[in-house]
Amino acid sequence: MEPLALTACSIVTCLGAGRQANVAALRARRSGLAPCTFETVRLDTHVGEVAGVDAVRLPDHLTDYDCRNNRLAQFALDSDGFGERARAARERHGAGRIGVFLGTSTSGILATELAYRHRDADGRLPADFRYRETHGTFSLADYVAHALDLTGPAVVVSAACASSAKVFGNAVRAMAAGLCDAAIVGGVDTLCLTTLYGFHSLGLLSPRPCRPFDIARDGISISEGAAFVLLERAGSTKARVNLLGVGESSDAHHMSTPHPEGLGARMSMERALAGAGVAPDRVGYVNLHGTASRTNDASEAEALVDVFGTATPCSSTKGLTGHALGAAGAIEALLTVFALEEGFLPAGANTEALDPALHVDYLVAPRSGGAAIAMSNSFGFGGANCALLFGLTGS
Amino acid sequence: MKAFVDGIGLLGPGLPDWSASRAILTGAAPHVAGPMTIPASDWLPPAERRRTGVSVRLALAVGREACEHARMEPRSLATVFTSSGGDGDNQHTICETLASEAREVSPTRFHNSVHNAPAGYWGVATGSMESSTTLSAFDWSFAAGLIEALTWIAFERQPILLAAYDAPYPEPLRAFRPIPSPFGLALALNPTRSDRSIAELALDFASVTSDVGLPQELMRLRDAIPAARGLPLLCAIARGDRTDVAVEYLDGRSLRATVTPL
Repeated sequence: MEPLALTACSIVTCLGAGRQANVAALRARRSGLAPCTFETVRLDTHVGEVAGVDAVRLPDHLTDYDCRNNRLAQFALDSDGFGERARAARERHGAGRIGVFLGTSTSGILATELAYRHRDADGRLPADFRYRETHGTFSLADYVAHALDLTGPAVVVSAACASSAKVFGNAVRAMAAGLCDAAIVGGVDTLCLTTLYGFHSLGLLSPRPCRPFDIARDGISISEGAAFVLLERAGSTKARVNLLGVGESSDAHHMSTPHPEGLGARMSMERALAGAGVAPDRVGYVNLHGTASRTNDASEAEALVDVFGTATPCSSTKGLTGHALGAAGAIEALLTVFALEEGFLPAGANTEALDPALHVDYLVAPRSGGAAIAMSNSFGFGGANCALLFGLTGS
Repeated sequence: MKAFVDGIGLLGPGLPDWSASRAILTGAAPHVAGPMTIPASDWLPPAERRRTGVSVRLALAVGREACEHARMEPRSLATVFTSSGGDGDNQHTICETLASEAREVSPTRFHNSVHNAPAGYWGVATGSMESSTTLSAFDWSFAAGLIEALTWIAFERQPILLAAYDAPYPEPLRAFRPIPSPFGLALALNPTRSDRSIAELALDFASVTSDVGLPQELMRLRDAIPAARGLPLLCAIARGDRTDVAVEYLDGRSLRATVTPL
């Protein structure tokens, strides 16, 4: 594929709002996970809640879209000057020539969960409930396109925890086909009862902050977050990092358990490399999906060894950010990009004793020296896999 | 953007499959809507089959019909699934449970709640490890799926299956999102013409003034169910004349699909 330049980005996680807060936490290995006090949830687990979401106000003409997910989207549009840069891109390319490709798993379903508590005697939802603008799966892209006054193609990809990695592929294809000249890609997912009680029902929530690749890892920590990227054709920009490759595949194994040997994961990594024309030994860092579930980390490690051997430095940043589900792909893509730009390899947090059965070079302390090319992995329920490859310009 | 339509799958009220629906789409036979049966796919192992809801069954049924019609091997086929809102029955039950004291969500309901559940079950059923994406663009999810499938073909030069489906929400969500009945539609698309190709399809953002002449009852279906926004396209293919079809897109915009039957 033709490389695409990342010309603007924005990130909001439980580590903080904006690039600086997230890079500082990465360097310090500071986890944003804390015991869950979200809403009325009573579960013995840690979550990565974003501070300040409730205080965000949507623009007056878009208040129909008001829900936690779109408030977090607006928070990210307001961070790192992303909204201004997107508007400048609109001036350069035209409103109809910028596509919006965003990922989410649960959209604004929290609004529906709360509305169900307020059903009347006949079981009806409150009259001010708004389906399209909150709960609806398309709500996120619908909101962002309206907030930025963009009229190009817009779509939500909802493929569980691979959603906001896969959107990079949709943008690549749409730009190659000439449907748009730039793309807003990214993802937003927010804490809700469906995912917290749902993962609890599957026995996948750790009572402690999650410990990816630890021998005693015992489950995931759910979080929320948002990340946006502006993609434009490389060459005409001063961007420092390009998207080099996108690899997608399916497990064809089970709805909620990964392929035991990581076959689908391996295919997605190989396809990202092949699409970029990059040999595995040129990749200096892999940001793992690394949820800290027993099965995910084992199958991902196996896939990684098959593709890269045992010497490629890797880590999961989910010990810091938690697992932001449909937003994880875009968040971790950006943490990978920041690592390339800042010249260090980020380490995981919370991991105390590495699982000796996982034969990878897992970083428990940040490593200086950095990398020129790095990969970010995202895998989800339904067997959705996506690997993204990024490189410093000129690499 | 161009592709060849090699196979079609269709399942909606009064529309039992593609071959039985052709005459209804052209108006040559009357449209009689009755109760629908949506069988669970016998492609799935019995344990998995029992776990599937309406939207998974719909997507698998129309996807399979399109593949068989096209004589495409699903195991080696990439897929695009598109639905305005996924499995409403499941979402309703989860929200009801979460509003109760116990909040004991069923693990099966939870893993079925992801929007890409049909893609997951399709993978288990067919063994396809190829690329698959699952989209939503509210009432314009069919158009969004068509765009994705055709850009994929332009980029990868490989065949792809597009499956669009929507299922009704039960009350109380139904009052806010009234989808009257299940509806699914699938196209098996090929980058090159094969001996199975039944129409050439070209897609762009131009406007269309002509009307394909969809029978009145089917127009009502088109307006009521997002996935049925693909019916005018099928009507043009069934008619067998070269036609420009408007495919409704975001907020009143539309795409032009130029259908050249072969």
